[in-house]
Amino acid sequence: MAPLSGAGSLYEVSEIQNETVPEFSTGSTKRRRHFRWWRLVVLALAGAYFLIPLYAGIKFSLQNAEGHFSFQAYDKLPGAPGFSAALTLSLKLAVATMVVSTLLMVPTAIYVHVRLPQLRRVLDVVTVLPIVIPPIVLIIGVLGAYPLWAKASPYLLSFMYVILAMPFVYRSLDAGLGAIDLKTLTEASRSLGGNWLKTMWRVILPNIRPALLSATVLTLALVFGEYTMASLDLWQTIPVWIVQFSISSDGNIQVAASMMLLVGTWVLLVAVVSLDRSGSRRTRRRMGE
Amino acid sequence: MTQMKETAMTNSMGSPTTNVGAAVSLENLVRTFGKVRALDGLSLKIEPGEFMALLGPSGCGKTTALRVLAGFELLDGGRVVVDGVDLSDVSARKRDMGMVFQSYSLFPNMNALNNVAFGLRMRKQSSSVRRKKAGELLEMVGLSDQGNKYPHQMSGGQQQRIALARALAIEPRVLLLDEPLSALDAIVRAELRDQIRSLQQRLAITTVFVTHDQEEVLSMADRVCVMSRGHIEQVASPSELYSRPATAFVAQFVGISSRVPVDASNHEVVVFGQRCPIRSGEGSNLTGAVDALLRPEDIAIEVDPEGQGFVTRKSFLGAMTRLVVQVGEIPVRVDVRSDKASEIDLGTHVRPGIVSRDVLIATRKEIVAADAVPAK
Repeated sequence: MAPLSGAGSLYEVSEIQNETVPEFSTGSTKRRRHFRWWRLVVLALAGAYFLIPLYAGIKFSLQNAEGHFSFQAYDKLPGAPGFSAALTLSLKLAVATMVVSTLLMVPTAIYVHVRLPQLRRVLDVVTVLPIVIPPIVLIIGVLGAYPLWAKASPYLLSFMYVILAMPFVYRSLDAGLGAIDLKTLTEASRSLGGNWLKTMWRVILPNIRPALLSATVLTLALVFGEYTMASLDLWQTIPVWIVQFSISSDGNIQVAASMMLLVGTWVLLVAVVSLDRSGSRRTRRRMGE
Repeated sequence: MTQMKETAMTNSMGSPTTNVGAAVSLENLVRTFGKVRALDGLSLKIEPGEFMALLGPSGCGKTTALRVLAGFELLDGGRVVVDGVDLSDVSARKRDMGMVFQSYSLFPNMNALNNVAFGLRMRKQSSSVRRKKAGELLEMVGLSDQGNKYPHQMSGGQQQRIALARALAIEPRVLLLDEPLSALDAIVRAELRDQIRSLQQRLAITTVFVTHDQEEVLSMADRVCVMSRGHIEQVASPSELYSRPATAFVAQFVGISSRVPVDASNHEVVVFGQRCPIRSGEGSNLTGAVDALLRPEDIAIEVDPEGQGFVTRKSFLGAMTRLVVQVGEIPVRVDVRSDKASEIDLGTHVRPGIVSRDVLIATRKEIVAADAVPAK
């Protein structure tokens, strides 16, 4: 017989007659934590794989021509010919890419989640294409097809970068949207009088903030690291400057620029994560927790 | 239960609300999903201030009907009319309908106060008015001290009460409740059930409540609309629905009925050797091999060593005990006072008899609604 809804006193006499009291373990089956040496080995190998090149780069950038410790390369870097212009261009492209990417991908991801969930699988495949198709193929196609006035602007690169960043941005947003009950929240907002814009601004975006920040940082990192497209489009972004500068000049400055970019991106990532966490902490403090 | 505060709901100007419920008319609604007709010409009139429950098994179309009313689903045919105005093509945000969802639908980024005030903000009410009214509604649902808490800091019951306050804040013409209690534990569910009913009666707001839980329906609704496969089986008060089910489906779905094979002729059947008139309604003109649908309270038993039935199961329900009596191959459920039932052991032979004045019959072997939650 099916149990009565909300009736705590119901029991089946015939069914409890044969019940046995379950036996509980008293600790004999307790799992012990064993130290597993191979975990340490894997960690050490992975660490070495990532850290040794970094160490080598930092060490090289902190040497002068005689091989002694020196900040000379970092001192010279801001004044190096073309560095400021390249950095400024990269920053402009990064901001433009982030804006275009957000404006394009956020509404798309939300719309697909709310209205066309059956398209999610299709988008999963489509958004992987920029990883599969080499950037050189994309940029050659674009340069061949676009008019001169478009190619004359560096911001054409931004639109290319939006495509390159799409796999990371879409996946980040997809995960963020999947973590909330988007359909119910949207309907709740609409039933209370919210239009799409207000619903997105006041309800959806605040609840996918970590995903949005993560997408932004990934986009930034991608723009600051992209070389192929920029060099073929003949724009001197930071990666292009690093390569071109090294050909005829001081190799230490080139490596110093790479290290600064790496550390800068890392600091930005930490800042974004901290920003998100401090927001959560402020909320908890407000609650008196 | 948290004592409900006796605070009058006030409107944005601070005067008591004169909330007169709206009349709702669903006219020949049709909604299809692929080849499935979720709503198959459904028509229903709901009186102003009435608490109407839509009851039915999963997939019967009750939630679709509610969503159509809310404006979340487009219609393939028919009209939604509220107070004489056709809302079929009106956007959900302009329908003035407050909705409480099954899943906790509070905005996670807002505290309770801001959640309640959200609808007022969308209506461009001033900050002071929003704060004042949201505070009053929180007090009304007994959570005035929880205004600064965020949804993740509240229990499920508290969240649903905030959701109720949020829906009421906009002074909706119709309150829509989409299984709001189903995710709660039994005690909280009973508390909130009483609170919702009490608020609904006090505010006289037209309410449509979707559920598959008969206990909720029978204890809360003014009228119940039992649905099956996109159409209405019966619309009646809870007591009428239980005591005078119009169809075999309703008899099977609402409450518990035992099906006993009998032969019908001359508007009579013979059940357990006893001649009984057939209840008027669907299937009353059937003759020949049919099933008699018997409520546990329609049947009485007497201990008799020569009786044709024997007790196979006992379920203690408090004042009453439900026995399952095996009569031939048919298990029949019978309610007996618990003090009497304690004298009846499993395996005791009994003689069943009919105590109701008439009997509902149905075509033999009709499909039984499997996902119903039986009522007491």
